[in-house]
Amino acid sequence: MFSYEFMRNAFAAGTIIAVICGIMGVFVIARNMSFLTHTLSEIGFSGAAFGVFAGWAPLNGMLLFTVVSSVIVGQLSARSERREAATSAISALFIGMGILFLSLANKNASYATSILFGSVIGISVSDVRQMLWLSLVVLLVVFVLYRFLKFDSFDHTGARVKGLWTNALSITFLVLVALSVSVAAQIVGSLLIFILLTLPAATAKYFAHTVGGMMVLAIALALIGVWSGLTLSYLTNYPVSFFIAAIEAIFYFVALGWQRLQTAE
Amino acid sequence: MTNAPILKLDHLGVTFPNNPVFSDLNLTIRQGEVWSIIGKNGVGKTTLMRTLLHQLRPTQGKVTYLPSVNDVRIGYVPQFRNIDADYPLTIRDFIGLNLTGWKLPWLSAKERAKVQRIIEQTGLTKLANRPIGQASGGEKQKAYLAQALVEAPNLLILDESTASLDPVTKTELLDLVTELNQRLNLTVLFVTHDIPMAQKYTHQYLMMTPGKVEQGPIAQLTHDKVWEGENV
Ligand SMILES: Nc1ncnc2c1ncn2[C@@H]1O[C@H](COP(=O)(O)OP(=O)(O)OP(=O)(O)O)[C@@H](O)[C@H]1O
Ligand SMILES: [Mg+2]
Repeated sequence: MFSYEFMRNAFAAGTIIAVICGIMGVFVIARNMSFLTHTLSEIGFSGAAFGVFAGWAPLNGMLLFTVVSSVIVGQLSARSERREAATSAISALFIGMGILFLSLANKNASYATSILFGSVIGISVSDVRQMLWLSLVVLLVVFVLYRFLKFDSFDHTGARVKGLWTNALSITFLVLVALSVSVAAQIVGSLLIFILLTLPAATAKYFAHTVGGMMVLAIALALIGVWSGLTLSYLTNYPVSFFIAAIEAIFYFVALGWQRLQTAE
Repeated sequence: MTNAPILKLDHLGVTFPNNPVFSDLNLTIRQGEVWSIIGKNGVGKTTLMRTLLHQLRPTQGKVTYLPSVNDVRIGYVPQFRNIDADYPLTIRDFIGLNLTGWKLPWLSAKERAKVQRIIEQTGLTKLANRPIGQASGGEKQKAYLAQALVEAPNLLILDESTASLDPVTKTELLDLVTELNQRLNLTVLFVTHDIPMAQKYTHQYLMMTPGKVEQGPIAQLTHDKVWEGENV
């Protein structure tokens, strides 16, 4: 399997994605942003379509759209009651635009499928390099802001009391999610990216009780999903995103069941 | 360590749309003082505390922290907080959240010792490694207090933080606050409906009533004032 270059690239890319998603996912879950993450991945689809239309690399279109829209969403919905409605409206607008751009670009349905569902074959060494750079930027920002981000994500009331600049933090975090979505969509596709950004961390939450512990566990769960997904996809020729989604969902339901048993006793 | 003023309110007022809460409030708080803030439900105690914390902008007057204390560090235990049963962090980790700053992600040995000390002082030793989501109401209150105290504040604001504590625990925590007040000159603002406790543990009172605010030494907070005016 590793004698093929595209498989080596896919594994490298998948590993980067799993690490980023494990770390960011913990904050996404703590901040109750699963829904927003889902929206950002739809916006990513639209951005990729725009990229194709404009003759850019889809990743660049994705970056542009997700970063800009995450700032808009952040501004619109600093107050969380408004977040769901504002997010739905923005997401509808962007999906519509994505469909328009694809049709304008005269690309056939299989191109749309590969943006939406991801693909293993298309990843080049330079793609991997770009993903690595973007991920390092995300990780560096998280590292520097870690204590602030952790306080605000896990105890928003306490962070506000302390006078942390929670709105600026919130927008910065959204931009980081946007970058992560764009990176991760390369392999699992924009339709399923939120799975890696939410399920491993949501599962980890039931077993680990420190933020660091949750991250380690979430990364491990994401890695298992991505690596076995790639292997199974190679062996069976079925889409990789199917396997990743199935594996992460099973982990999550097992954790949920385990939690139920614990509390039932 | 003399009684330098640390906080001054000048003609302070807050009005929500169509709802004047309080107005023309003048108050000077000095270092090391322990105040009780009393008044009926909805009279504006929490609103006043949030104004002091700059979470709410006053519609009138101003809040000034005086430079006599070159660094005012506020510890605030709010009345309400979102901690659901699923909340993953242990009590220990929850307390450590308050140690922020441009620092490495993990706590240093010194910081861990700080957290441990506060855990012992607040009587949370046995519970420290339990997820805070599973702690009882009173245990959560203790953890909130511990989190506020871990950064060694010099102004502590408690918003009905002892309301769900049993009598023994309540006394223990109030003794701890009193000890910090005496040893470190900690200034305390205590929002409460518990008049006997206010009389035992605080030095000054601020009694809020609709349209009027009264203040004075706690000895002057007589039974008549509180009950005749229905001011608790
Ligand atoms: N964000 C807000 N917007 C509008 N009105 C508000 C807001 N917050 C509080 N109020 C109103 O201000 C008044 C004072 O509320 P506050 O929470 O300060 O009361 P309190 O004295 O702390 O009462 P309690 O003893 O019940 O805690 C109430 O009438 C409340 O409805
Ligand atoms: Mg209140």
